[in-house]
Amino acid sequence: MSDEEMSREADVRCTVNGTTHTLRVRPMARLLDVLREDLHLTGTKEGCGEGECGACSVLIDGELVNSCLVPVLQVEGAQVQTIEGVTAGGAELHAVQQAFIECGGAQCGICTPGMVLAAVSLLAHTPQPTDADIRHGLAGNLCRCTGYMKIFDAVVRACERAGVKA
Amino acid sequence: MQTEIVGKPVPRKEGRSKVTGAARYVDDLSMPGMLYGATVRSPVARGRIRAVTFGEGIPWDEFVVVTAKDIPGENAVALILLDQPYLADGFVNHAEEPVLLLAHEDKHLLERARRAVTVDIEPLPAVFTLEESLAGKEIVWGEDNVFKTYLVDKGDVDEVWAQPDLLIVEGEYSTGAQEQLYIETNGVIAVANAAEGVTVWGSMQCPYYVHKALLKLFALPPERVRVVQCETGGGFGGKEEYPSMIGGHAALLSWKAGGRPVKIIYDRAEDMVATTKRHPSLTRHRTAVTREGKLVAMDIEFVVDGGAYATLSAVVLSRGTIHAAGPYTCPNVRVRSRAVATNVPPHGAFRGFGAPQSIFALERQLDKVAGAVGLSPAEFRRRNFIREGETTATGQVIREPVDMAGLLDRAFELTDYEAKRERFARENAENNSTQKRGIGFASFMHGAGFTGSGEDYLKSIVGAEADAEGRVRVLAASTEIGQGTNTIFAQIASNALGLDYDLVEMAQPDTGNVPDSGPTVASRTCMIVGKLVESAAVGLRQTLQGAGLLTEEYTQDGWREACRQYVERYGALKSFSQYKPPPGVHWDDEKYQGDAYGAYAWAVYVAEVTVDTLTYETRVDDFVAVQEVGKVVHPILAAGQIEGGVAQAIGFTLYENVVWQDGRMINNQMTNYVMPTSADLPPIRVHFEEQPYQYGPAGGAKGIGELPMDGGAPAILNAIEQATGVRFTHVPLMPEALMRGLNENR
Amino acid sequence: MRAYLPDYHLRAPKTLSDALELLAREPGMWRAFAGGTDLMVLLEFGALKHKNFLSIRHLPELRGIEVTPEHVTLGALTSYTEIQRDADVRREFPLLCAAARETGGIAIQNRGTLGGNVVNASPAADSPPALLVYDAELELVSASGTRRVAYRDFHTGYKQMDMRPDELLRSIRLPRTTGDLHTYYRKVGTRKAQAISKICFAAGARLASDGRIRDARIGLGSVAPTVVRCARTEDVLRDQTPDEATIKAACASLVQEIVPIDDMRSTAEYRARVAANLLADFLSTLKIDGGKSDSA
Repeated sequence: MSDEEMSREADVRCTVNGTTHTLRVRPMARLLDVLREDLHLTGTKEGCGEGECGACSVLIDGELVNSCLVPVLQVEGAQVQTIEGVTAGGAELHAVQQAFIECGGAQCGICTPGMVLAAVSLLAHTPQPTDADIRHGLAGNLCRCTGYMKIFDAVVRACERAGVKA
Repeated sequence: MQTEIVGKPVPRKEGRSKVTGAARYVDDLSMPGMLYGATVRSPVARGRIRAVTFGEGIPWDEFVVVTAKDIPGENAVALILLDQPYLADGFVNHAEEPVLLLAHEDKHLLERARRAVTVDIEPLPAVFTLEESLAGKEIVWGEDNVFKTYLVDKGDVDEVWAQPDLLIVEGEYSTGAQEQLYIETNGVIAVANAAEGVTVWGSMQCPYYVHKALLKLFALPPERVRVVQCETGGGFGGKEEYPSMIGGHAALLSWKAGGRPVKIIYDRAEDMVATTKRHPSLTRHRTAVTREGKLVAMDIEFVVDGGAYATLSAVVLSRGTIHAAGPYTCPNVRVRSRAVATNVPPHGAFRGFGAPQSIFALERQLDKVAGAVGLSPAEFRRRNFIREGETTATGQVIREPVDMAGLLDRAFELTDYEAKRERFARENAENNSTQKRGIGFASFMHGAGFTGSGEDYLKSIVGAEADAEGRVRVLAASTEIGQGTNTIFAQIASNALGLDYDLVEMAQPDTGNVPDSGPTVASRTCMIVGKLVESAAVGLRQTLQGAGLLTEEYTQDGWREACRQYVERYGALKSFSQYKPPPGVHWDDEKYQGDAYGAYAWAVYVAEVTVDTLTYETRVDDFVAVQEVGKVVHPILAAGQIEGGVAQAIGFTLYENVVWQDGRMINNQMTNYVMPTSADLPPIRVHFEEQPYQYGPAGGAKGIGELPMDGGAPAILNAIEQATGVRFTHVPLMPEALMRGLNENR
Repeated sequence: MRAYLPDYHLRAPKTLSDALELLAREPGMWRAFAGGTDLMVLLEFGALKHKNFLSIRHLPELRGIEVTPEHVTLGALTSYTEIQRDADVRREFPLLCAAARETGGIAIQNRGTLGGNVVNASPAADSPPALLVYDAELELVSASGTRRVAYRDFHTGYKQMDMRPDELLRSIRLPRTTGDLHTYYRKVGTRKAQAISKICFAAGARLASDGRIRDARIGLGSVAPTVVRCARTEDVLRDQTPDEATIKAACASLVQEIVPIDDMRSTAEYRARVAANLLADFLSTLKIDGGKSDSA
């Protein structure tokens, strides 16, 4: 029985935004809740709880995932990046964040953290995306305010900037 | 000093906090000792509560339990009527009606407990559609199921039908419910006890609506109740009236728990199944037109389904009624409208507020009338567009220059409409492609501000204050819900004072600190409240000048110095401004005649579609939105409003179908209630014409928030009619219905 | 979240053999948990009936894409993203790539697995119709050994399958014999991305030099209690030229062969008609590709 009892909580070691944590958690707890409640990283939002809206998007080992669909046990040994980790420590915004402000990509802001991470992930895999790439790459992140047009503008501006820098 | 701030795309005030995830929404807040609250709801649509039983295996003594008996004041959500209870007391009138509240510090155990409560109800016959309600299948509200009726009567339509040489065209149109689907669900935190009164923090559009409701619920004086808006993740009307309900629930739980904070956050399923949606509607048109294509009479019957309680249905009906005859001149117009009761969760505010429903019907009907006369839809409208000096259905004389034909020309030029219309007609007839093309448009207007005398009753107030460093804070209860309130108010105030944008900020909407500038609804924030912001700001300047501290011409440093001296000598520098109607505006509530709105935005929207005859799916390929909205305060925010509204309109038209079963939404998941993704929408091309409105702020701004919801559905269905030859009359037009339509017409 | 978390167990056995041993020791006690994109949704709604799960996501034996002269074998944990990124799969199994690309959004594609899609046994799943067309074979492992099942025989009823509680799906094997099939894939959801299919249609066929159809294969989702391979309609097509009469006969057969239902997402009538339309469209593309360029 002790084996079974022990399985109800587990220690999970992972790195979140560059900091290593050992978390005592229920293994089936959603990564979303652990980030928000245990680590107080409330930038990750819940929109639907079923992997449909993308508001809870984070990067695990560089890949975009819905943190509402990830049981925390499965981030053992992983690198997790949330919106709080996008502005790498300093005050300077990521090019995507800056472009979202300039182009009107954020309105109510609740989808924005997930959308920014989806855009960051898109540009990491496809530095010069076509319009179709952008539409496909962001299709798992629902926005009810913008009609997406200003978000597309922001992604284009962010990669123009990156292009200039490179 | 920055002088030309209006019309500039300054950065959104709270943009940085939103893109970094630092912005704090209500679910991001936590308080010591906080409990979580949950709502036990009715499993049936209508009936008598026989018993509530608490199941086994739950430590019930650990739970806070609230029933109707625990309510200190009146068990009614104060809005227009007092017919909707906070908690059902003996009787339920819709599925998912709140019956009982629970709170516990462990939210997982709370959920288990919620499921362990059984509400035993003796079911009674119910009505689920407006047709059933109209037919009096069962009387479920008042004496006749009718919440409200209006009659707009211009000229004499009954005189017209018998006249010779007129064409009479009839049509019937209907629209379905639509979920607002803000991505942040409804949520609040409340702290309430007899000693300290009631405080509610939450996601909301209208703090003073919640305030008013809590006064009644707790029988407290205004100063003992405080409502604070947190960062709000979208509203679209869905957080206009509902926060009064959920805010009251959390406060009741906290009150019973002796003042421990209680947080209630709905999950998506609960938010969709239990909260308000756009009113379903039915419109019947009978139109008389000369053979030359001049409108002679429009007889319109407009009905909306209000759901189980009155809530805002009367006001939604009013706006739908006034917009039902559109931007056309017609000597004889009658609009008879009704809001009726059904046993579904109350329908409520949603962007457009009745106008998208009645405008959909009108703009479909006019394409039909044009066809009957033998004119193109465009030519027919050109012959009937309203012009300056002419009167609307309510007899309002249009006193501004209005150029609907010019907007139409511009929209057609941007879309190459005429050439495409011709080409699609030819190609659809000639080839056997499974892809059918069409292009269509809608022309319409949307009134800004409250209808009729609404703004007179509201008497909104805005304040402005300046500190010793010359920083200006705008004090208003108007909320930032994504649309840009913070930014445009700061622009308007800084423009009025000739100060840098960065020198102006918004106070958090908190009824303990800001005056009641009215609800954040009805496309009124920029035009009505913005004007008050402007005059409150000007009041600061006049105070400084009156005190001899500021010269007529001044620099920003001069401003700062004047503020410093003023605060030193006299203390706080504040100024308040209250709404007064522009001169010459009259409205008759009895006859429903007069100046329905201070100003209108005017628009022509064009949609281009492809219908796939293999799958019966419609893709919108291009969408052009041309509108005249007065002075554009912020071009990016304004365009963002239009694009977002058009996207919601496209959803309303082709994607978003509420599936009902026995009065309950059964597809209450984002997976099954389908809104458009980034892969679904066309380019949305937005063009503004600016005709300054003399009583608007910042050189003549009008309202735009709701406008873009109005034109999409008719423009798209008009385009689909060209593509398929089928005259569809209902939205949402799902592929299944399109298939049936094609089959029946072949 | 509507689930009561303390009720749920999730363990991560260190090795595949540990996992198989646990499954064998108490058959039915534990179930496999891979990407979680289906199970976590049920958990959210408090509808996840089974309580004890083994996380298998980290087990290397269930990962990877292996190519031999005869087969491409995809580990059960192959994600939709990995499917799309693999050059061999892209070249030889375009239907599977198309399905992977249209499953959920990017975040789902990164997390969801092909094996999970198979074992979750949803009739609306996106990749199974493609697997049916490709004559996929499943490799099931247990403590007592390994066995292979033809995928078309795997689903035996709604959410029923030929799989014991002590077994795990190890891999999905695709014969490399279909590279020259004319293929056709169409997922019909209400929207273009992030949709649950109302009909999922995958098909392949060859035209012989005489213009007759050889080897027609039709896989369909969301039209029956399981995904289905439409053998009777394939029989109707065999050795026929894809002319109007053949198309008509095939569509008539297809509508008889499937048993769609009305539900909150669509109607039986719509599903049947669209399935037939897509079949007709597929067959008419065959005609064009077969060298006759009339577009009727």
